[in-house]
Amino acid sequence: MAAERKTKLSKNVLRMKFMQRGLDSETKKQLEEEEKKIISEEHWYLDLPELKEKESFIIEEQSFLLCEDLLYGRMSFRGFNPEVEKLMLQMNAKNKAEEVEEETVELDVSDEEMARRYETLVGTIGKKFAKKRDRANYEEDENGDLKPIKTKKMFLKPQD
Amino acid sequence: MAEAAAVVAESLAGYRARAARAVLEQVVLPGEELLLPEQEDGEGPGGAGERPLRLNAGARSRRRVVCGPGLRRCGDRLLVTKCGRLRHKEPGSGNDGGVYWVDSQQKRYVPVKGDHVIGIVTAKSGDIFKVDVGGSEPASLSYLAFEGATKRNRPNVQVGDLIYGQFVVANKDMEPEMVCIDSCGRANGMGVIGQDGLLFKVTLGLIRRLLASDCEILQEVGKLYPLEIVFGMNGRIWVKAKTIQQTLILANILEACEHMTADQRKQIFSRLAES
Repeated sequence: MAAERKTKLSKNVLRMKFMQRGLDSETKKQLEEEEKKIISEEHWYLDLPELKEKESFIIEEQSFLLCEDLLYGRMSFRGFNPEVEKLMLQMNAKNKAEEVEEETVELDVSDEEMARRYETLVGTIGKKFAKKRDRANYEEDENGDLKPIKTKKMFLKPQD
Repeated sequence: MAEAAAVVAESLAGYRARAARAVLEQVVLPGEELLLPEQEDGEGPGGAGERPLRLNAGARSRRRVVCGPGLRRCGDRLLVTKCGRLRHKEPGSGNDGGVYWVDSQQKRYVPVKGDHVIGIVTAKSGDIFKVDVGGSEPASLSYLAFEGATKRNRPNVQVGDLIYGQFVVANKDMEPEMVCIDSCGRANGMGVIGQDGLLFKVTLGLIRRLLASDCEILQEVGKLYPLEIVFGMNGRIWVKAKTIQQTLILANILEACEHMTADQRKQIFSRLAES
């Protein structure tokens, strides 16, 4: 009686991690299979024939905006509503300008101007990265430019 | 519904499939099937015989075609759902077959995503306004969909106000939804349209004609009086001029433009300019 009961541990107990060390390979496989079965049964799917939709080269679009070049719907003439008039120019110009702008990317700041600007910034930015102790060494000269001044620290003999 | 349409189309298709290129600018009828340039070679009735043999017919890749309003895709076929003239826009770049659509004459508006329309606020219920846009169902408009609106700072919108807005949701299964801001959160002219003025309805075709970028009517109208005008793609036009008389004249002219030739129009404009 006692021996029989020993072999009939429940499956749930056998599935526990610490029980798996002592199991032989056959029961291990059996358990694994059962587990797989449970998972696949839980995993439900639609019982439908596979959809075989080819990639379509026709795109549906129900808007006229794409078809015709329509203007913006708010308008004002001869200064009746200056706000709308400004907006109207802006909105209607947008459609046309987009294509043009892409071609001519204008630089707001030329390279030379940029270089000149950054030249004066060298000191300022240098100060930012300097340590606190060194910061005192940056002094403003009469132009407002910052220049590092090297002063060697040394012992000053007190006068007596 | 879709199946029924397909069946009808199929029975017609037997003897009616015409090449889209052949019927450009011609009248097409609902239920007709159109063949795209790519499909013409093999399937077109008698197409192969008339056409000179192409050397690189196989090498040609299929191009993406957009079918606009009045057309509908059914599998690989292109069906007509409205009657009107078939129009085509040439493609902009490489792998693009252009746009086909039907220029139809109709009064009934069906909301389309992205359209700018004029709506009338019919109800205020909690967080949303109900807006009548002339479609089968009133559109909803959130009170947060205005420029600068927050939970605390509600927009001042009353029942009966006119709204110029844009559809963000519009399909056959859902309630259409409007907003009065663009994707950046700016109004860009959308929102409540000012006081006074006159709202009237015209056909959808006329609205598109007036909004076309080369429209002479608007340029002529603009020379008459100082005026403000708003066009909704749902067929509504709102006009306002300095006096009620001028507003009425403008409304009558725009309504009459539907059935006037260019000469008749010029006559009327010259007569108005004199008076």
